[in-house]
Order: sequence, then structure tokens, then C-alpha cells
Amino acid sequence: MAALKIKKGSSKHSAYNLRPNFSDVQESHTLAVLVDNEPGVLARVIGLFSGRGYNIESLTVAEVDHHGHQSRITIVTKGTPQVIEQIKAQLGRIVPVHEVHDLTVEGPAVERELGLLKVTGAGDKRVEALRLADIFRANVVDSTLESFVFEITGTSEKIDAFADLMRPLGLVEVARTGVAALSRGAE
Amino acid sequence: MVVQALKDQGVDTVFGYPGGAVLPIYDEIFQQNDIRHILVRHEQGAVHAAEGYARSTGKVGVALVTSGPGATNAVTGLTDALLDSIPIVVLSGQVPTFMIGSDAFQEADTVGITRPCTKHNWLAKDTATLAETIHQGFHVARSGRPGPVLIDIPKDVQFASAEYTAPQAINTSNYQPQLKGDIESITELVEALEQAERPVFYTGGGVINSGPAASQLLRELVEATGVPITSTLMGLGAYPASGKNWLGMLGMHGLYEANMAMHDCDLMINVGARFDDRITGLIDAFSPNSKKAHIDIDPSSINKVIRVDIPIVGDVGHVLEDILKVWKARGRKTNKEGLAKWHAQINKWREVDCLSFKQEGKIIKPQYALQRLEALTKDHDRYITTEVGQHQMWAAQYLGFEDPNRWMTSGGLGTMGYGFPASIGVQMAHRDSLVINVAGEASWLMNMQEMGTAVQFRLPVKQFILNNERLGMVRQWQELLHGERYSHSWSEALPDFVKLAEAFGAKGIYCDNPDDLDDAIMEMINHDGPVIFDCLVEKHENCFPMIPSGKPHNEMLLGEASTQGAIEAGGAVLV
Repeated sequence: MAALKIKKGSSKHSAYNLRPNFSDVQESHTLAVLVDNEPGVLARVIGLFSGRGYNIESLTVAEVDHHGHQSRITIVTKGTPQVIEQIKAQLGRIVPVHEVHDLTVEGPAVERELGLLKVTGAGDKRVEALRLADIFRANVVDSTLESFVFEITGTSEKIDAFADLMRPLGLVEVARTGVAALSRGAE
Repeated sequence: MVVQALKDQGVDTVFGYPGGAVLPIYDEIFQQNDIRHILVRHEQGAVHAAEGYARSTGKVGVALVTSGPGATNAVTGLTDALLDSIPIVVLSGQVPTFMIGSDAFQEADTVGITRPCTKHNWLAKDTATLAETIHQGFHVARSGRPGPVLIDIPKDVQFASAEYTAPQAINTSNYQPQLKGDIESITELVEALEQAERPVFYTGGGVINSGPAASQLLRELVEATGVPITSTLMGLGAYPASGKNWLGMLGMHGLYEANMAMHDCDLMINVGARFDDRITGLIDAFSPNSKKAHIDIDPSSINKVIRVDIPIVGDVGHVLEDILKVWKARGRKTNKEGLAKWHAQINKWREVDCLSFKQEGKIIKPQYALQRLEALTKDHDRYITTEVGQHQMWAAQYLGFEDPNRWMTSGGLGTMGYGFPASIGVQMAHRDSLVINVAGEASWLMNMQEMGTAVQFRLPVKQFILNNERLGMVRQWQELLHGERYSHSWSEALPDFVKLAEAFGAKGIYCDNPDDLDDAIMEMINHDGPVIFDCLVEKHENCFPMIPSGKPHNEMLLGEASTQGAIEAGGAVLV
């Protein structure tokens, strides 16, 4: 339970970075939660969010250390600074949770999401879709005479922008993975 | 396997109720004599009894229930233990692993249902790891901020055999909450304590949970510094009620001097309490001019409700020890002049005498009944449990607690029906002590089936029922908030409690006259066996002092005269 070993003012592993006052501004934070990969652990995390009325904007989970039975849950959440601190502390209380990192405050981090978009159409629209996909470095992973499936990787904003552009060109279906994130640097 | 694991965890008593899915464990229990099984009459009773056992001993309480309805009946007790941080382990039976998910007879998703109302829970799918899971369960229940755990054991896992793992062989390193507080923050707190003109200790159940040593350290610190101290409902007994710095309980029905001290202090030291809404009243106006320190083993308690200036994460006992050490090393300084003025101010508040009442005429006032109970039992080796409502608040106000672990009440969840089974758990742990459940007639009826348990196991628990034939607290709120429309808040068709006691083979005592009260209470104390004491009291008595919903500490209601328009529309939506 590394999340519990906190000290006032300590930055890196602090479950609650004290701030001068509680503001009402809604902030979006990306949390990385390292957990034991045991049955029900995801339900515990999600149940915490629904039970206490917190928001989940995106959530991804997968085993990252098969040998150590550890999974990594990446959660993008929104709330006032006080709520964000509470979320982190509450996550830290869950017994199979080992570490809670707030990638938004712990220094620079890379965030990526993968999207699959199905676009149908013919003629100019089809050509335009392909041209835009090239600009966004999206790959075509499936193609018929009337449709493409594009694969695009990037920040959530980039995928939003790409989807917005595809909409008038015949976007029919979107699948997104949610955000995966890691801190930058050697540590 | 299960019984061996319980023995190795030092368990001597289990409260439970058998059923199809736990028969193999009951078969094991039958064939041994080390663990005593107490057959309750309802699974909720088993869990509350385990809570009473745990709160009065500091050990982990254990309950054993069957699958399906057995487990769902345990949910209220688990939630109660979660909110009051009580260490208990509930073992539930489950249908065999190969039938899970098939809507089998008495199948319920117990782990799913109890996930939000336990500190942690497990479905034990493999006999080889069952013993380890049980040991982990005890470790999690008692470590850090204590709480309830549940282990769901399918019937085939109970039947199968495997090699047993002893508790010593268990790796508990992945759950080790921090015990020692940060020494810089502790020094900061001591500095504040040295300078404060109007300091106050606000202590809670965390002191009790930390163990008797923490209460001892708290007493030493309070005596040495001369700082006044108040406590939440859960923390009563950590500092003795007869101590000279004692202000009484604080909060919604707390004492005038305690709440005024909280409002006007310049340094508030929260020791193992959690700024519950019953304590803070209107948050925006909560103790507006004070520096606040908060000692808590659970980081999520800090800054949850009230922003504090000096947060200290750690076990109360360890932190208090360090505070004393640092304070002594720095020369035992306090602001003597400021403290003298502060105590003078507090004494003025005390003169308000907020608990005064007039016992007149031939009807017993509930306050008077408790005052007499206190006078006649305080020299006994006494444990008190309560149900929930007006009687609970009056008990907290009028009974004095000199030691920790002597007061068992449902604080966070406010569970009517808690007190009677809890008193059974307490009496099991302390066979020769006087155990009294202060009850209201409505709460008591919620788990009255446990009379069977009390009689069967010869547990001489005293059920002291303040009978006002009303849901008193509901009635009080309806009077203050809902235009005196008393919707469904009276107890119609009450049983004759004396005959009820006799029907169970116990003793019943009825009293409705203040002149007979002392003799009747003595008769209850001197009877060697369970007693139902039906004390008929004033029906329309309200519980004061009271901080109305949506008001700050310094706007308390002290009595009937001050209740007109006390709660505004904004406060009415609060609970």
C-alpha cells in the first residue's frame, strides 16, 4: 500500500497534494492505478466511482506484469481539486491497490488512445476521407468498395478531431480504447 | 481447516446460524471444544453480536452464516461495522463452485453484494489457499483502519482437504498501513499547541480502535497540557467522564460547552475522528477561526469534509506517543495565561447547565431514568450498548464512561436493532460483568428474537427499555420540521414486555412511577439472568441540546422555548 505512505508536501507519491484553497474549477486528471490482478478488482474500482458519485471519462485496464499478477488501470476523471484528492485517497484504501499515480500533477506524461472508425461512401467523399486519414497518419485496416476502417492512434483530442472531420464524409461507427498513459523520463 | 484457522487466529467465540451451504464447517465445530459457537436467531444478530464482542475486547469478532439469505441478512451488520471501523470477519457459505452462476437454491452473489459494505472480501475458490485467505482476512480486518471482511466459501471447498497453512507462513507485506506519523508535522502541531490560547482536543473512535495504550497516552497528554477535551459518540471513554478537562460529547446532541468550545477555539486537534456531519453542523461556519490538526490512520479521512492545516497520517497511539515525546523535549510549554482565560470562558458555558431537566409529577422523564441508572450502576463492572434514537443520545449525555471499550453504539450507520445482539456479544466476552442495553421500545423490537439466544446461553443481559410508545427521534423531527404531523411515528400494538420476557423464560420488570424506579433498577441488577425492563417514560420529551440541521455550533437549541422556527427551509432537506 505505497499510496498510504504519504507525507504532507511530498510530491511524487502524495495521495493528497495540499492546495491553498479548494477551488470549484473542474479539472481533468489521468490516474494510473497499479492493482493485483485478482477477481473483482475492477468492480471495486468502478464501484468506488459510482458509489461515491465520481466521474469516469475513460477507463482502460489490462494485465501488465503476468509474473507478478499486476494490472494497470488508467482512469481519466473530472472533478474539483478536492474531489480529485479524495478519489486518489479512496483508491489507495482499496486493499489490492498498490500504487496510485496522478500523471497530471506528477510531471509530464504521454497519453495515447487508439480509435477504429468506419467510414462509408463513394466518389469525392471517399477520396477526401483517405486524404485526411493520411494527414492524421491513420492507417486503413479494412477496405471494401464502399467503406474503410481507419486505425488512428494519438491523444483523445486528436481522435475527436479526426472523428469530427469524418462525420460529414460518411462516418458510421467508432470504437475507442480509452486512454493509456505513462510518465515521461527514465523513472 | 476453517476451525483450525480460526483457532490459530485466537478466536474463542463464533456467532452464527447454520444452513445447507455451511454444514461441513458446522460438522467441524461439532467435533471440537476450543471454539464456542453461539446460535443466534437471525444472521443480523450474529454480526452485531460479533461487533459487540469486538468493540468490548479489541479483538476481531467472528460470525458464521450460510449462503443466500444468510449472507444477505448479514449485510446490515457489515455496513454498520464498516462505518464504525469495527474489526469483524464474516464467513459465509456458498453453493459449490460448479453451481455458481446457475441460480442454485440459496445462491446469491455474496461477494458482489458485500463488496461496497466490507473493507475487503474474498471468494475462496480453492481449498489449498483457504487457510491463507482466512489469515489474510484477519490481518486486513485488524490492520490500519479496522473494518469488516467477508470470506465466501463454496461448499465443495469446505469438503475438500488440502495442506494447512499456519498464520506465521503468510505474507502480509502488501497491506501494511503506515503507523508512525510524520515527525515534522508532529513538531508543527506541538508548536501550535505551545502557543494556542484556546486549544481543544476533539477525539473519536480512532483512539478506542488504537487500543488501551492510546487512551492512556491521551489522558497523559491532556492532564499534562491542561487542554480541554471533547469526544464524538464513538470515542466516549477514551478520556474519563470524571476528568477535570472533560467537556462532554460534542455534535448535534452534544453539550453546550463542548460545541461552543469547538466553535470558538483557535486550535482544534482532531484525534481519530472524521468530521462527520453529526459533528460539524453547517460546514461553512464550522469553527471559523481555528487552526486545525487531524490525526488519522486513513488518508482518505483527511480533507474529506473539512480542510485541515496540519494533517498527520498515522496510528493514534504512535502519533500521541511522539507528540508527548516532542512536547516534553521542547520543555513542556503551554500558553498558561491563554489557557486560564479559556477555562474561565468554558466554565461560564458550563453554567448554562444544558442537561438540566425537571423531574416532576408521576411520569418518569427519560433523562431521570438514565440519571438513576448511572447512579446505581456506575460502580459496577459495567458495559453499555444502545439502540438508535433519542435514548441513545440521552445515554451518551447522562451516562459517564471512565474507560474505553465500555460503550457500544451504532454511530455511523445508526442501526436500530443493533443494541440487543451487541449486548449478547459483549456478555459472551465478559461473562461476569453487568451488561446493559439502553433501548427504545421500537428499536428493541427490531431484533427481539435474540431473547432466545440470551435465555439459551444464560446471558444475563439487561434490556433497559425507555418506552415512550413513539419513534422518539422521528417524532422530534416531525415536530420541529413537519408541522407536528406525526406520520407513522408512534408504536401501536406494543407487546406487554413483562409477559414477553416470561414467554421467553426470562424476567420482566415494569416501572412507570419515579418513586419506584430505584427499587426496580436494583431488582434488575440483582437478578441473575436476562431481564426486560419496561420503563414507561414521558411520551413527548425532546432531546436537547440540539444543533438544528444547517446551523453552526453556536446556534444550539437548548430547550422547548427556543424551537420556534429553528430550522429553515435550507436545513430541512438535510438529515
